[in-house]
Parts: sequence; C-alpha cells; structure tokens
Amino acid sequence: MSAADWIAIGTIYDIPRRGARCVATPQGRIGVFRTADDKVFAIENRCPHRSGPLTEGIVHGTSVTCPLHSWAISLETGEAQGADEGAVKTFAVRIEGDALFIMLEALATKAA
Amino acid sequence: MTERLVIVGNGMAPGRMLEHLLEAASGRFAVTIFNAEPRVNYDRIMLSPVLSGEKNFEQIVIHGDGWYIRNGITLYKGHRVVAIDRKAKTVTSDHGVTEPYDKLVIATGSVPFIIPVPGKNLAGVITYRDLDDVEAMLLAAQSRATAVVIGGGLLGLEAAAGLKARGMDVTVLHVMPTLMERQLDPAAGYLLQRAIEQRGIKVLTKANTRAIIGQDRVEGVELEDGRIIPATLVVMAVGIRPNAALGKEAGLAVERGIVVDEGMRTSDPDIYALGECAEVSGRVYGLVAPLYEMARVAAARLAGDGTARFIHADTPTKLKVTGIDLYSLGDFADGDDREEIVLRDAAAGVYKRLVLKDNRIIGTVLYGETGDGAWFADLLKKQADISEMRDTLIFGQAYQGGSPLDPMAAVAALPDDAEICGCNGVCKGRITAAITSKRLASLDDVRAHTKASASCGSCTGLVEQIMKLTLGEAYNPAAVQPMCGCTTLGHDDVRRLIRAKGLKTIPAVMQELEWKTSCGCAKCRPALNYYLVCDFPDEYADDYQSRFVNERVHANIQKDGTYSVVPRMWGGVTSAKELRAIADVVEKFDIPTVKVTGGQRIDMLGVRKEDLPAVWSELGKAGFVSGHAYAKGLRTVKTCVGTDWCRFGTQDSTGLGVRIEKFMWGSWTPAKVKMAVSGCPRNCAEATCKDVGVICVESGYEIHFAGAAGLDIKGTEILGLVKTEDDALEHIVALVQMYREQARYLERIYKWAKRVGVDEIRRQVMEDAQKRKGFFERFVFSQKFAQIDPWAERVAGKDAHEFRPMAELRFTEAAE
Repeated sequence: MSAADWIAIGTIYDIPRRGARCVATPQGRIGVFRTADDKVFAIENRCPHRSGPLTEGIVHGTSVTCPLHSWAISLETGEAQGADEGAVKTFAVRIEGDALFIMLEALATKAA
Repeated sequence: MTERLVIVGNGMAPGRMLEHLLEAASGRFAVTIFNAEPRVNYDRIMLSPVLSGEKNFEQIVIHGDGWYIRNGITLYKGHRVVAIDRKAKTVTSDHGVTEPYDKLVIATGSVPFIIPVPGKNLAGVITYRDLDDVEAMLLAAQSRATAVVIGGGLLGLEAAAGLKARGMDVTVLHVMPTLMERQLDPAAGYLLQRAIEQRGIKVLTKANTRAIIGQDRVEGVELEDGRIIPATLVVMAVGIRPNAALGKEAGLAVERGIVVDEGMRTSDPDIYALGECAEVSGRVYGLVAPLYEMARVAAARLAGDGTARFIHADTPTKLKVTGIDLYSLGDFADGDDREEIVLRDAAAGVYKRLVLKDNRIIGTVLYGETGDGAWFADLLKKQADISEMRDTLIFGQAYQGGSPLDPMAAVAALPDDAEICGCNGVCKGRITAAITSKRLASLDDVRAHTKASASCGSCTGLVEQIMKLTLGEAYNPAAVQPMCGCTTLGHDDVRRLIRAKGLKTIPAVMQELEWKTSCGCAKCRPALNYYLVCDFPDEYADDYQSRFVNERVHANIQKDGTYSVVPRMWGGVTSAKELRAIADVVEKFDIPTVKVTGGQRIDMLGVRKEDLPAVWSELGKAGFVSGHAYAKGLRTVKTCVGTDWCRFGTQDSTGLGVRIEKFMWGSWTPAKVKMAVSGCPRNCAEATCKDVGVICVESGYEIHFAGAAGLDIKGTEILGLVKTEDDALEHIVALVQMYREQARYLERIYKWAKRVGVDEIRRQVMEDAQKRKGFFERFVFSQKFAQIDPWAERVAGKDAHEFRPMAELRFTEAAE
C-alpha cells in the first residue's frame, strides 16, 4: 500500500483565472479551480445535486455555480451554499512556483 | 381522536376554509379532498388576466402541491365524487375510491348556464369557468379567427377583452339593452359599451340568439332577427347556477342550491356545504367575498365555535379589464322614495351616481374614477346620515374637509373598520396592525399575512397607501429588484450607469457601482458581460469566464455533461452535400442521437466535449458554421417555401428568411431570438408566436414581434406593414437593436415589449425614421465584430484548454 501522494498536474497558467480544468483519474474526474486572486482548489468534479460537471460552471469568489441547475458549491469546503444541502470531496493542493500538485490517495493500490 | 374530514371540491371557498381550520384546530382533522379538476387550488378570479396574457397559471396558484404535503392533506386530483352514502358515511369517486368521513363538506361550486339553442353542443362552443376553458380559448386564439361571446356581464366582457388581447376578432352579444345591467345603471352601461367598443370589440345589445350554426364545428351564431355572425369560437358566459346535484342525490334539502343554515350546515348535521353550491336564507352567491365569509363560518363551526354566523352583505362589483374602472354596490334602481346625486364628466369619461334613501346611501355606481368606492361603501355599511355633507358628497371624501386633500389623506381619514379588500373582507385596522406587529415591509408580506389585495388585486393601491402611512419613509414602493445579491441596483440602473460613466470592463463596473462582492456571481457576471458587449462592441474584450458554459464552448451542455451540436442551415434550407456531411460526422464520432429541432435545424446530441473541435472541423469542411443554438443571440429564422414552390405564396419568404439570418447571425442579444417568415397568411412557418415574425402578403410584409411559445404562449403584436424586402430587413434589424440596447439580460422580447409598451416600440421603429436609422446603423457596426464563426476559431486552436483535461492520471505500477 502506498500512502497519499503529491501528484504533479501541470502549472497554474494551464487554468484561466476565474476558471477551471479537469484532471482525469482512475477514480473519476477532479476539478481544479483558479480564483481571481490566484488561489487554487481541487474538488470532485460532480455536483452533489445531479452530477453536473462543476469545472464547466462560473467561478466567483471561492465558489463555483454548477452549469446544470445553478447550485453554488464552496471550493474551500466542498459544501453546497445557500439553501441547498450536499457536498463534494475536496483535495489538498500544493503550489511550488508555478507547478501544481494535488494530494491523491491510493493511486497505486491496483498494483499493490 | 382525529376526526375524518372529507371535502368534495377544491375551489377557492374550501381552500380558504382549510386555511382557517388549520389555524384554529390544527391536527383535529385528517383531511381528504376530492377535486374533479386535475390540479391544485388556484385563484379563479384571476383567470381573466391569464386569458389576456397578463399573468400565467403559476402566478395564480393559491396552494401548490407542497402545501398539501406539508399539511398532511390527501388530495385526489381528477376525481369526481359520484355518490354519498349517508348511512355508511362514505363518499365514492368515479375512479372507485371510497373514503369514510365523520364530517363532510360539499363545495361543488357552480356550472355554467348553457342556453338551450340548437347547435349548443357543436365543437368550438365553450363556457368560461376553469383553466381548461381558458386553454381552449387560447388555442382558438392562436388561429386569430373570429369569436362570439354570448353574454355581456362580468365574465363575458372579461372573456371578450382577453380574446381581443390575444388577437381575435370579437363580437359580444347581449340580450339586454345595456351591458352588465345587474350591476350598472344604463348610463354607466353606455359608457362601458363605448370603452369596450374603443378596444375594437363589437357589441350587439338586444341580441337574442336563435341558434348556433355549423356542420361539425361552429361556423356562426344566428340571431332572432335573422342576422348571422360568423364565428369559429363561441363562448357562453350567460351566467352560472349552483351545482347541487350531488346534494340532491344524497337526499339533502335542495332548492336553488344545497340549503344550509347560517352555520353552513345542510339538513344532515354531519354534512356542510359552502361556496357557490350553497343556498343561505334563499340567496346563492357567485362573488368571492361572501364565499370567503362562508369559508370562515364553516371553519369556525368545524373547529367547535357554535356562534359563527353567516350574514348577508352587499358585495361591490369590479371589472377586471385593464384600463376600465368601474365599481358598483348595493341597490340603485329608481324608486319614488329614493333620491339620487349624479356627476357626469363626458370628456373625462367619468360617471358617478349615488342612490339615497332617508339621507342614507343605499347604492352607488362609479365609472371612470372609482377611488371613493371604499368610502361610499363604508357610509353605506354604517347607514351614515349624509345630510351634513350632501352638497359635496359626490365629489368624494377628499372634499369633505373643505379643501381638496391628497389621496393619502383620504386613506388616512378612513376609520379602522373601513373595508379595504372586498374579496377577502380585510379592514384597514387589520392591515395596520399586521404591518406593525409583524414588521411587514413589502406588499407581498402584507398579502401573505392579511390576504389584503391577494385575490383580484384591485385594492392594491389602497393597501400600498396604508403601508406608506404606517411605515412612513421606511416604505419604498418603487423599490427595484436588484440584479442579484452583489448589488442594490436593478438592471436598468446598471445599464444606464454603464453608459453614463463609460464603464468598459466588468471590474470597472463593479468598482464604480460599489459591488458588494469581489468578483460578482453567476447571475450578474453574464449580464454585465452582455451589457458591455452590446454597448462597446469595438472596445470591450469579451470575458469568456463570465459566460455560461454553453456560450463559452459554443455547444449546448446536456444532463450527462455531453454536448449537442447544431450547425446553421440558413432559413432551414439544406442540401444533399450538407446532409451527407452530417451523416458522416454522426458515424465517425458515434453520435447517439440525431434529431430535427423545432427551428428547422438538425441537432446531434451526446457529443463528448473532447470531440467538439474535431466534429466542428468536419462540419466546417462542408461549409457549416455554428448554428448558435446555445446562445442568447439570434437562433433560427424558420421559413416556408413561399413563391418558390407554394401555389399560395405571395413573396419569396425563403429568400427573405435566409437574408435576415445571414444579416443577423452572430449577434448577441439579452435572451434568445427566434424568427420566422411565412409566405402567406396561412402562416406555415408559424411566425405569429416568434420573437420576430414576418407574414408576407400581396401588398408587402407584415412585421410581427413579441410572440412566445414556451413557458408562456402568446401571439405576436403587429409592428406594421412595409412594402419591400429592404424595408422589412431595416425595420426588423432596428427592432432587434432597440431590444438589445434596452432590455434586461434574460428578458425575452415579449416581456420587454410588455414592460416598455408595444406602442412605444412601434413609435420608435415604425414612425421615427431617424431613430430607426440609428438603431440599424449601430447594429451593422456591432456585427463587424460579431460575425466570426466561433467553431472555425476553435478548430484553429482558440481556447484549446477548454476541450481537453489538464492532466490524465493513470494507475502507477507500484514497485514490488
């Protein structure tokens, strides 16, 4: 078994400000978001409501609004904002210079 | 123990009764409702605004599905109760459901009266009673044919006005010499007739119907004097009678209606009746105020209060036709023991009449100016001696203080027990008390808590004045709806300030207009982006991160995260080469669904985002560009084949459609814009429900706009007739540019037109040539920056990051 790992996914310039990109992983897609002030967050790319791809939503402040039915999800906590209830998984992000890493568990489990 | 309460009927009276009952004795009853109509409780008084298009059904729902669930009420929709077994104490519906009751309430309402003439059962003859009738009328109105309304009473005139507003040619037939003779005296009836006729509705009085003629469908109405009025729709609105059949079959005492005592109890002590089906002291009722009073009494009795009694009171009549103000109350027949005071102002169209007996008001008719209705009603109710103010009585309350007062003072002077809302029986004191004790600040709050102005809405002005008096400065009736939670400004203010201050970026707008959030939200950002694109087409750099995903990636996101692709087919015309290219793309990319759209295009659904650029590349080779089926922009121009092929075609409708589409494609608009061009009035391209439509005629091009066929259904308004194709293009472009510059983001043309006024739009586009040229030129300028095929740009590499993942992580082969 390997523990959680920091995995390189690219640089901050790969993501537009107030935008997002997705990272394909064996456990599903993870959305990586960049805010107007260059903070970067990674969350599960599946809205808790009807599984909408959150990376396609509009990023505002530290939230994203799902493109399917406009749920707003906090990028910091993964929780739905306002009256809606639900949450997505969040992933730790490290920025070294321009390079971005996310913390993923058990990517190596299959072989282990 | 919980008692079982079964209610037959789900109209406004039993709905109100339940509200009272839940308040007074929540939990005491397990409630079951049988509703013959397949829907929830809605405000039947507001059917006329639905018919005329001023409201939609959702806006008139009183109790939504959630209300029944929250209150644990079982509602059988579409179940007509066919039998009551009083011995076993059960009711049975036509679907075979049997429910036992401890207490039963019958509220079966009324049935429209059908005049017994030949042809009364022909298709196309309908009554005006429920939403189904309204929908039948709306359907008929779409064909813009001719309608005859039989009956010049309240309902008949509202139906006529609604059908006229929907574009039909309408004739009202009334058997009496003047309209609404039961509520109006002949003078007011005459003024009313004139106002109705001014709206383009024909009125025939003393018109006795002999027969309704037609083979399978109605074709016309034949009068006693032999005249025949052609019609494709006949609305019977001659009155209603109580629907007491169920009570009669159950063996209850029935006269005109189901006989009840002053506590709403029928001849069976466990069965109550209320609403239009009930008869109290020899009277039956059809207006909402007494029905709500019955509801209050029945609820109190069911909750155990044996003292509640129904007492007859006169109810004022108001007509819900926008722009016609009339008010009548009480008894206004002539008589030897009566005197009258009359005020006429022919030029202003005002007529007021008070009928007095022994120095007391017993009746009043007001036409054209009805502001003093509540005051006269109060004097009538209190039997006040008016001899002191007799000389000035007719001028209204404002004149009683010696000098004219403003309307606020008149409301301030009303006593606390003066009735403000006739429909719901709400007096001034109750409104004031609710505002103070519950700290209500908005009209909606006051409506929710007191019900004042929540039914027909005609007392809204009075309620607002009371709010102003009670709240003072704190009440701001003109408060605009802010764009979103990020600002206090409304859309119109934001648009105005963007231009006035020359704000050319989203951050500049947010800074200068003091946005409350750092970078807006998903509501305001797309709106601001549109406003800036529209106002500064050459200078503004479109912010794609502020666009909704569909416009950012130029395809339509679907529920599973895949996209749909719709190439442009100019005017709906295609070719073998184009179809072959589409077929090849569908096979090559394994696209699961191919569908023809309502706008004469081909939609490929289920395309993976990663495949979009390659799909567009293949389509581009066949000459296709984006169809903008995802955009708040020009979508489609639908056409018929016109003079090219059709034996009825009057102009080249296909050619004009293609020309309009080639001229206007690529433009961004506040909401989507769909158009159509029909080659003759048979209108095969369905131009009369589009945002903009053209009907070709021999003499030129009739330009239509402000139609809708989605959430709302609305026939178009006519902008005007122009002679040449060039003129048609210029007028349409000017109209769309005016809309682009003035509408609020996401506001369709029909909503914008309703807000700013169809006449105003016509004035600026049809009559003011200079304005029209200005609009046209600004549109042409803006197109220089807009007509770039977004698909070709992306095939060439623009925004490549959109279409592929940032990284693809695979399982790592962990070391042994």
